[in-house]
Amino acid sequence: MSKKVLETININKYFYDPVKFRVLSDITMSINEGEFVSVVGKSGCGKSTLLYILSTMDTDYEGELFINGKSLTKKTDKDLAVIRNEHIGFVFQFHYLLSEYNVLRNVMLPGIKLAKYSMPEIEHRAMEHLRTLDMAEQALKSPNQLSGGQKQRVAIARALINDPIIIMGDEPTGNLDKKNSDMVFEIFNNLVKERNQALLIVTHDPDFAARTHRTIEMADGRIIS
Amino acid sequence: MNFTLIINIAVNLIRARLKQSIIAAVGVTFGIAMFITLLGFMNGLNNLLDGLMLNRTPHVRLYNEVKPSADQPVLISKDYKNNTNFIESVKPKDRGREIYNSKAIINILKQDKRVIDVAPKVTAPVFFNTGSIEITGVVNGIDVPAEEHLFKVSDYIIEGNVFDLNNENNTIIIGKGLAEKMLVKIGDVIKITTIKGGLVSLKVVGIMQIGIAEIDNTMSYTSLRTAQMLLGESASYITDIQVKLTDVLMAPEVAKEYQAKFKIDVIDAQTANSQFETGSKVRSIISYAVGITLLIVAGFGIYNILNMMIYEKMDSIAILKATGFSGNDVKWVFISLSLIIGIVGGLFGLLFGFGLSHIIDIIPFETASLPTIKTYPIDYKITYYVIGLTFAVCTTAIAGLFPALKASKIDPVEIIRGK
Repeated sequence: MSKKVLETININKYFYDPVKFRVLSDITMSINEGEFVSVVGKSGCGKSTLLYILSTMDTDYEGELFINGKSLTKKTDKDLAVIRNEHIGFVFQFHYLLSEYNVLRNVMLPGIKLAKYSMPEIEHRAMEHLRTLDMAEQALKSPNQLSGGQKQRVAIARALINDPIIIMGDEPTGNLDKKNSDMVFEIFNNLVKERNQALLIVTHDPDFAARTHRTIEMADGRIIS
Repeated sequence: MNFTLIINIAVNLIRARLKQSIIAAVGVTFGIAMFITLLGFMNGLNNLLDGLMLNRTPHVRLYNEVKPSADQPVLISKDYKNNTNFIESVKPKDRGREIYNSKAIINILKQDKRVIDVAPKVTAPVFFNTGSIEITGVVNGIDVPAEEHLFKVSDYIIEGNVFDLNNENNTIIIGKGLAEKMLVKIGDVIKITTIKGGLVSLKVVGIMQIGIAEIDNTMSYTSLRTAQMLLGESASYITDIQVKLTDVLMAPEVAKEYQAKFKIDVIDAQTANSQFETGSKVRSIISYAVGITLLIVAGFGIYNILNMMIYEKMDSIAILKATGFSGNDVKWVFISLSLIIGIVGGLFGLLFGFGLSHIIDIIPFETASLPTIKTYPIDYKITYYVIGLTFAVCTTAIAGLFPALKASKIDPVEIIRGK
């Protein structure tokens, strides 16, 4: 039995505007080490909402959330920021690279924030990640000199810099063409195989979901399978 | 908190928006430069005007006031102790203007550590005779070296030398207005009538100009000995003892002490020149108010630019938060950004302020009434520079605080999901 990296117990969430509306009802789920999980469902079914609760960025919910066995409910903004920094990697639909910095620096930024390693070491690790993603030549370029697929690869490298226990993606292939989507999937797949990385990806691409280990299907705020 | 990283991010945000940042910093620079120039110039003028009066007034002056006795006999009498006594038509007591035992007092004063120097003086109202006309005036008999040491009298002597008073007996230095009225020049002999009726001839060895017509029209200097001779008094006759202290602010306190010690009237510079103090204070307040207004305007400029920057950088803020920066970290990014603008702008402001002050300082400013002044006066007091920079930092910190708090409260989920 492998280790649970993420677990939820009876998570409920409500929207209050314009009327009280239950977005998530009694979500109980868990993800193990080395598991590649996708979340699918119609738009508005609450899958992104769930992801942002799991990511600790949204704290307005009922129920309990555990990451690495520790409860995250009722933690302060500062503590949650530290947890996001150290244990969670993000890949969004949009790349969100900082145009003020070059590619390498963008990848290094969460590492510098964590300050677990020295600067040269962080730089070395960042270069390693870029090299595995075949982006080493672009390291010193500015993000807006890159193509969409390249930017997404840089964003993945950034998500990996602190060796997170889980990587979360909110439609990471949503803006990419078929070729780049396949490439991103391959990268994710290799992470699972080579590093035993846990992955939780929200997607509306059925092909993508079909190739993952497990698919969580959601409808009207509930997990249906 | 990792401040190097936070400052690094702030610097990069500034570099990405260099033009706006420079404009914001220029606002601060302008504010500080003006603040410093204004204060320096205003206080330079203040010091000049105060100097006209204050440098010529002793910090503490000991003299005999013409006044009635405080204790009338009936009040001292035991028989009438329990009565309410009304005394009318009280006249001042004639104690003479001479300070008794002046030599001993001067010796004690000279030993006081707070005292720089002591200058005895004899003042006597006189009439200057020219033809059939008598002009009222005052003769100041001065101890020349002491007076020069305390009040730099030679600064006001436009012709002749103040030490000639000591070199030759029966000599006088007269005010420029007086000299013009009597049509005399150096070497001429003038006739003086004392109030007791004595007539004396004195040789003019110098002409002085203080810049205040009222004084220049009546004032004259002689040596102590000449003044005593004029009044027919002995060499121990002194009417005023002038004291200069190491710190003028101690004057009121010291005056009170001397009054109790020597049983004599004592007045301090602050009391004697209270109207000048008021004028200086009001001018200072005005210049501070204008300077601070300029800085507040600069602060609003910074506030606007930071607000704009935050709207532009929403995405960056969102991703910083998503990758582990807390609201507090983001707040500090924007506060440091604002402080960098404030400190850089402020330092340049100090530099430009100093430059501007220096330019004003070398502009010629010559008026006949102020013979010692050649250029516009500027006060380079370090305090203004310290206040200027402190205020620049405070204003920019406050101007940056509100946008920074706003940035710290940005919800990354809303930004990221909004795409």
